[in-house]
Amino acid sequence: MSMTPFRYARPMALRDALADLTEHPEARVLAGGMSLLPLMKMDLAAPERLIDLGRVQELQGITETPDGIRIGAMTRHFELASDEVVGRCAPIVAQAAAHVGDPQVRHRGTIGGSLAHADPAADLPAAMLAADAVIEAASADGSRMIPAADFFVGPLVTELRPGEMLVAVRIPMLQGRRQHYEKVPHPASGYAVVGVAISLAVAGGVVQEARIGVTGVAGHAYRAHAAERALEGEGLNPGVIAKASSLAAEGEEILGDAVYASAEYRRHLLQVTLSRALQRVS
Amino acid sequence: MAVVGQSVPRREDGRLITGRGHYTADVVRPGQLYAVMLRSPHAHARIRSVETGPARSQSGVRAVYTGRDVRERIAPIPTAWIPPGSDLAITEHPALAVDTVRYVGDAVAMVVADSLEAARAARNLIEVDYEVLPAVVSVTDAVREDAPRVHEGVPGNVALHWRAGADVDEAFRTAEVTVHRTIVQQRLIPNPMEPRAAVAEYDPGFESLTLWATSQNPHIHRLLVSTVLGMPEHRVRVIAQDVGGGFGSKIACYPDEVLVAFAARDLRRPVKWVEDRQEHFVATTHGRDHVEEVELAGRRDGTITAIRVKALANLGAYLSTAAPGVPTILFGLVVTGAYDIPQASVEVMGLYTNTTPVDAYRGAGRPEATFLIERLVDAFAAEIGMDPIALRRKNLLRDEQFPYTNAFSITYDSGRYQTALDLALHTLDVPRFREEQEAARLEGRLIGLGVTTYVEMCGLGPSEVAGAVGFQGGLWEHALVRVLPTGKVMVMTGISPHGQGEETTFAQIVAERLGCPLEDIEVIHGDTDQVSMGWGTYGSRSTAVGGGALNMALDRVIDKAGRIAAHALEAAVEDLTFEGGRFAVRGVPDRSLTFPEVALKAHLAWSMPAGVEPGLEAQASYDPANFTYPFGTHAAVVEVDRETGEVKVLRYIAVDDCGPLINPMIVEGQVRGGIVQGIGQALWEGAVYDETGQLLSGSLMDYALPKARFLPPIEVFHTETPSPHNPLGVKGVGETGTIAATPTVVNAVLDALSPLHIKDLEMPFTPERVWRAIRDAEKGAGAR
Ligand SMILES: Cc1cc2nc3c(=O)[nH]c(=O)nc-3n(C[C@H](O)[C@H](O)[C@H](O)COP(=O)(O)OP(=O)(O)OC[C@H]3O[C@@H](n4cnc5c(N)ncnc54)[C@H](O)[C@@H]3O)c2cc1C
Repeated sequence: MSMTPFRYARPMALRDALADLTEHPEARVLAGGMSLLPLMKMDLAAPERLIDLGRVQELQGITETPDGIRIGAMTRHFELASDEVVGRCAPIVAQAAAHVGDPQVRHRGTIGGSLAHADPAADLPAAMLAADAVIEAASADGSRMIPAADFFVGPLVTELRPGEMLVAVRIPMLQGRRQHYEKVPHPASGYAVVGVAISLAVAGGVVQEARIGVTGVAGHAYRAHAAERALEGEGLNPGVIAKASSLAAEGEEILGDAVYASAEYRRHLLQVTLSRALQRVS
Repeated sequence: MAVVGQSVPRREDGRLITGRGHYTADVVRPGQLYAVMLRSPHAHARIRSVETGPARSQSGVRAVYTGRDVRERIAPIPTAWIPPGSDLAITEHPALAVDTVRYVGDAVAMVVADSLEAARAARNLIEVDYEVLPAVVSVTDAVREDAPRVHEGVPGNVALHWRAGADVDEAFRTAEVTVHRTIVQQRLIPNPMEPRAAVAEYDPGFESLTLWATSQNPHIHRLLVSTVLGMPEHRVRVIAQDVGGGFGSKIACYPDEVLVAFAARDLRRPVKWVEDRQEHFVATTHGRDHVEEVELAGRRDGTITAIRVKALANLGAYLSTAAPGVPTILFGLVVTGAYDIPQASVEVMGLYTNTTPVDAYRGAGRPEATFLIERLVDAFAAEIGMDPIALRRKNLLRDEQFPYTNAFSITYDSGRYQTALDLALHTLDVPRFREEQEAARLEGRLIGLGVTTYVEMCGLGPSEVAGAVGFQGGLWEHALVRVLPTGKVMVMTGISPHGQGEETTFAQIVAERLGCPLEDIEVIHGDTDQVSMGWGTYGSRSTAVGGGALNMALDRVIDKAGRIAAHALEAAVEDLTFEGGRFAVRGVPDRSLTFPEVALKAHLAWSMPAGVEPGLEAQASYDPANFTYPFGTHAAVVEVDRETGEVKVLRYIAVDDCGPLINPMIVEGQVRGGIVQGIGQALWEGAVYDETGQLLSGSLMDYALPKARFLPPIEVFHTETPSPHNPLGVKGVGETGTIAATPTVVNAVLDALSPLHIKDLEMPFTPERVWRAIRDAEKGAGAR
């Protein structure tokens, strides 16, 4: 395997990285390389310049904030899965991260790379939606906050603009919520055929607020609003679970493939998976 | 302590797992160039023109070859198996397509450049003008009246038409019971860890060529490459030292290695080519791919009387090296399986299609045969309401029937089939399982049991038979044992292990016989300049045939050493014993010589017995009297998730009999790996083409190879029934797992689904397929 030659930059500061990106609009930023490098090796991407974010200090680390946590873009899946703070404040994120690929991939791949890459079958996007995460984006002109619900736009397409970089992810405090990530992995790729992340605020046996993130079945990860509404104000009984599960694909175009799982099957599997996830937390 | 029979750690592993192996891709020659192939994106197209000008003028590009450039200089790639009476329609297979491409992956041009990057960049500049033609993808397409022709000169796309056995129509007409099934043996894509590769270097002074290649049979490669390039055979050296798996896909002589060798000679520079994984999916041979109509006839008491098989076999776009023999000889002659079925008939139509050529894949023909008979036996049992295990027991060959000649005149050497069955059933505890199954069904859970009793024909094989069945080679094996003056031993073997561990097992055989430590033995293979002759590693032949040759050569070394020792000890040869590496005069143990002492005497030759030449080296060629016939019983317990259709294997028990075990750990490794591959076919693997001949399952992201986490621990057991005709008694174990596992799991799933009256399903049993079958069955039940 070889790649088309490219230039390589390794800035130490976010400011320099953003300046480099502004100066070279054709450049791609490099995080863990788990998605970008295979594309380059297969000649599906041939960036002229790579800006390696590996040494950018501002993109590292997980911090607890008054209202939740802030996860630097370069945080590896392995850290997400094993970090004490993430495990306590946002277990859904830790759980989804533990489902990504294999140990090698989890030690290289990053949350920023995974979200910016926006593979429609990736795990973390579903968790971000269920967690009501906010994505912190920055460019040379400044930074802005993008709610996860608006971030994923299409296959490999996000709200990020040219010259913009994903800097961090902010997750509100989820402690006390009932959370679960249920994944049906593809036997070949390991990506989600269906992945469902749920986070429920339950009080007195009644669901106060429901967040359901779905991945694997559509052009991008989405929130299952209709299913959420079917849960809110209800107890987690079999009838409600069945009703909510049947609404998991509501308003979405479910995609299939010719090799492993058709749209019809994915739609069915989504329903079963959501139902199982809800049973887990009821 | 005996060395044979011990689980000695594999000696090759240290080098292989620390990155110190010598794989073809590791070969670096001074001044080497890099080759890449431009492959057809179309399954079937006429080539109007190939524009190579811009590519040629790139800096660093040394040559761009097209089909027209090489057609006069490289002979067509041959097939090496011509089954008699099969009307084999041999078509020209050019190394590079000249005016027609016939499958996605068919090579159209080769670029050779100073660097891989330059070669790849130049490849992107080649413009091929294609006129896309309609493609034939499946065998059912290929036989249609209006099917396009893959090769103009081959009407009906019929590559071969082969029959064996006798007329069974009468048996079927008069049978109390008949069962019929349509079986789709889906196409599989072998994926050894190491893709193919070739490095070639031409020496203009000696006018000789060295080819490093990923080959399971370097001597066959030498023969074919030299022939195709018009080079004298003695000027071609093929080296395949470490090969990272093959599963049959590295038997064939491909256009690629021929082209690389050609370029090295043409450019007078070493040339290297390494396949990438995506290329591998389309350019390396595939396996299986049959559609079969299969029938069994018998009596209500469970006696099977006849079998009839009609198969359509997809051979792909060209006849690969061993391809014509796989769906005929290696398949058709063993469809009666482990059972006493007096009458049998097989008819096979091999078809050309616009797909990657199909050739041997682990088991090669025998998994297909075993699958159909094992499915039929279960179907027959269901039809007459008999327990499938009881039906097997009733029809299994009995110990006293061996040697047993089947309906195709194939003689099974030895077997204790019932013993293996008993051991598997005992381990499983069938009555308890049936209780659990009953209880599970009451809860709405679907669990099932599949049991397969199999026999395999391997240890290929007697050369006379090879000739009679049209294999264009011999199947004997050669070994040379060279004892050095210090008593260290070099073994040159004609087999070509590529993961099977014969560097260890052969050393064990030598250590056992000569009484020397394993460290004193080197097993050399995979180099036509070091090894006199050999036919390679496939068909579970290496230990059965190569080990036989080694054993004969060891006999000769020991015989000669004994004569030299007797001379030195002033004793008669008959009065000597040879034990633990020491020759001693019987009854006078202190009058003795160690093997190294004798080796030294042999080399010094200061005092040799009359008529004995100096040195201590012997070679032998062993041509087996028969194939060998490993057998056994496999059992699987599975659970089907009723909601998702997902199949989970809960338990897998294998009882195999491959004769005496030289290294139980290595045998177990072969068995486990084979089983995993066999289950892969049942549950996950399958090539998917669209109707235009595009391979949709063309990467490891889509084509699901089994992962360790998919399976429970496999419980491996053995019985040991020696082959009476094999010098070591050994039978071969490289393919049994793959052969037995597929029907075992398929039958288990269908047993699980039996309450829903689901009789059949197409492999692989993906969750969606199973779910659809369950849903349809439930719908049907609701309607009833
Ligand atoms: C074998 C294998 C199995 C995998 N299995 C799974 C799986 O089961 N589930 C799953 O979800 N994923 C899986 N992945 C993908 C993995 O999660 C990757 O880590 C992830 O998709 C990309 O992260 P990365 O850090 O490697 O990004 P890179 O590959 O470095 O970058 C990916 C893309 O994002 C851009 N990018 C990276 N960082 C930023 C940033 N901070 N701001 C803006 N753009 C950025 C890059 O320019 C590039 O376009 C798998 C990958 C492999 C190789």
